[in-house]
Amino acid sequence: MSLNAKAVLSATGLRKSYGASEVVAGLDLALVSGECFGLLGPNGAGKTTTLRLLLGLTRPDGGTISLLGLPVPEKAREARLKVGVVPQVDSLDPDFTVTENLLVYGRYFGLKDHEIQARIPALLEFAELEGKAEASIESLSGGMKRRLTLARALVNDPDVIFLDEPTTGLDPQARHMMWQRLRRLLGEGKTILLTTHFMEEAERLCDRLLIMDKGVAVTTGAPRDLIAEHIEPHVVEIYGDEVKSNCAGLCQRQEQVGETLFCYAADPHDLLAQLQQQCELRYLHRPSNLEDVFLKLTGRELRE
Amino acid sequence: MSLKTEKTDFSPPSLSWRFVSVWRRNFLVWRKLAIPSILGNLADPAFYMLGLGYGLGSLLPEVAGVPYMTFLAAGTLCYSTMNSATFESLYSAFSRMHVQKTWDAMLNAPLELDDVMLGELAWATSKSVLSGVAILAIILALGLADSWLLLWTLPLLVLIGFCFTGLALVMNALSPNYDFFMYYFTLAITPMVLLCGVFYPVEQLPAFLQAVANWLPLTHAIGLARPLVQGEWPQQILAHIGVLLAYGSAGFYLALVLVRRRLLK
Repeated sequence: MSLNAKAVLSATGLRKSYGASEVVAGLDLALVSGECFGLLGPNGAGKTTTLRLLLGLTRPDGGTISLLGLPVPEKAREARLKVGVVPQVDSLDPDFTVTENLLVYGRYFGLKDHEIQARIPALLEFAELEGKAEASIESLSGGMKRRLTLARALVNDPDVIFLDEPTTGLDPQARHMMWQRLRRLLGEGKTILLTTHFMEEAERLCDRLLIMDKGVAVTTGAPRDLIAEHIEPHVVEIYGDEVKSNCAGLCQRQEQVGETLFCYAADPHDLLAQLQQQCELRYLHRPSNLEDVFLKLTGRELRE
Repeated sequence: MSLKTEKTDFSPPSLSWRFVSVWRRNFLVWRKLAIPSILGNLADPAFYMLGLGYGLGSLLPEVAGVPYMTFLAAGTLCYSTMNSATFESLYSAFSRMHVQKTWDAMLNAPLELDDVMLGELAWATSKSVLSGVAILAIILALGLADSWLLLWTLPLLVLIGFCFTGLALVMNALSPNYDFFMYYFTLAITPMVLLCGVFYPVEQLPAFLQAVANWLPLTHAIGLARPLVQGEWPQQILAHIGVLLAYGSAGFYLALVLVRRRLLK
């Protein structure tokens, strides 16, 4: 409860069903001011529905939500005055220029034109779109569109920013640029709620995260803590058909997935020594990461 | 702990001035394309009116006591306004709602779906009034009306725009894709254009078709517009207004319920 008391955004016992399937099935979460909180989960885990519930865009079947001290969905509209949203699907206005997109969006917040105009240069600078003020949306690259969408979400100077898969479909350069911008926002004290399929992204950006599956939280905590709690520190991936039994006894845990053998070890020294003698084998030694946690907790079967 | 009135899909529309920002968004798009848009408002109905008015009119001595061109003017005024409201609330609103995700972006801001829908209603009504005004300009330019009563067609255009926007928004809310709108044109708009007295008096129809026409809103729009264009006070003013208001309001409310179920689920 102490976490909930100072929470910028909190939900308890959140439930939402569509027909017979319960998409969100009793979820609790709380974001404290200034943190980056990641909501992870395979497709169909209920992430997007959770975001919609938290924004008051759909009514929950059960549970309570508080956003910036206001009850949701009852006062969701008022709460959204201080929230920014970067949706998963591009919703920029194709009929407008970059500047007009910002201007028109600011008006939805009840801002006066001169107030928005005063903010636009800083927003363009933030999005590194200074040279594109009068450009059409169609002429922007995918990365530029994402940055403009982020700038648009900042037009009201929000306290909380929701980002639904902000880097999906971006190239590495554009993704790194996006991460830089998000860190800058965190540096300014904004609170961020992020969904992503990129574990690397979550590991880099999030102070805490929640992995959900089938509508419930599977685990929650800081990325480092989750890795330490669930996975041995070292992972050796060995590729090929003939690797089956070589490693038993040399690692704590092993897992065969297709033609790859994953060996999880506290100390991989002996395993690596043996592998080096078999020069026909391709293998990769790496530290364990959030993706290992994610796959362990949510399973490897495809969710389509 | 606190009494809260739960909002449901069937709650009445919550009306607020916030719709203005939605209206202004659509207006800004329109302003960029204003010239072709106004040309479209003018040219299409003008050719109908001139072609049929002169061509067919020359074969007819008088229709309902006036030259055919004058008779046709009021019909064109109404159907052109209806068409404009319909196209805006079908194709344009649907691309904003479904294709461009403009509505989703608005709903992430502090706007509610009711604000968005009210903005669309106000916008399509405005745009249809503009179409009507374009026809009024043609009527005046051709000297087809010379009574101050013509000014009363201005509030009437608002009412016509409201009525047909409300109805078309229902189709928008139901539609899975653009092709769906053909049903509405084939089963509602075309019958109205042909049965409701645009091109000839409804009284020329057999009794059962007259009865059908009397249920259709365009008949009531023309029932008000035609006398005003010809410089007379209409009969049964309140009944006509009541029908147009009823269709528009019922349509808008139904559209709102449907679109809440569609987007806020």
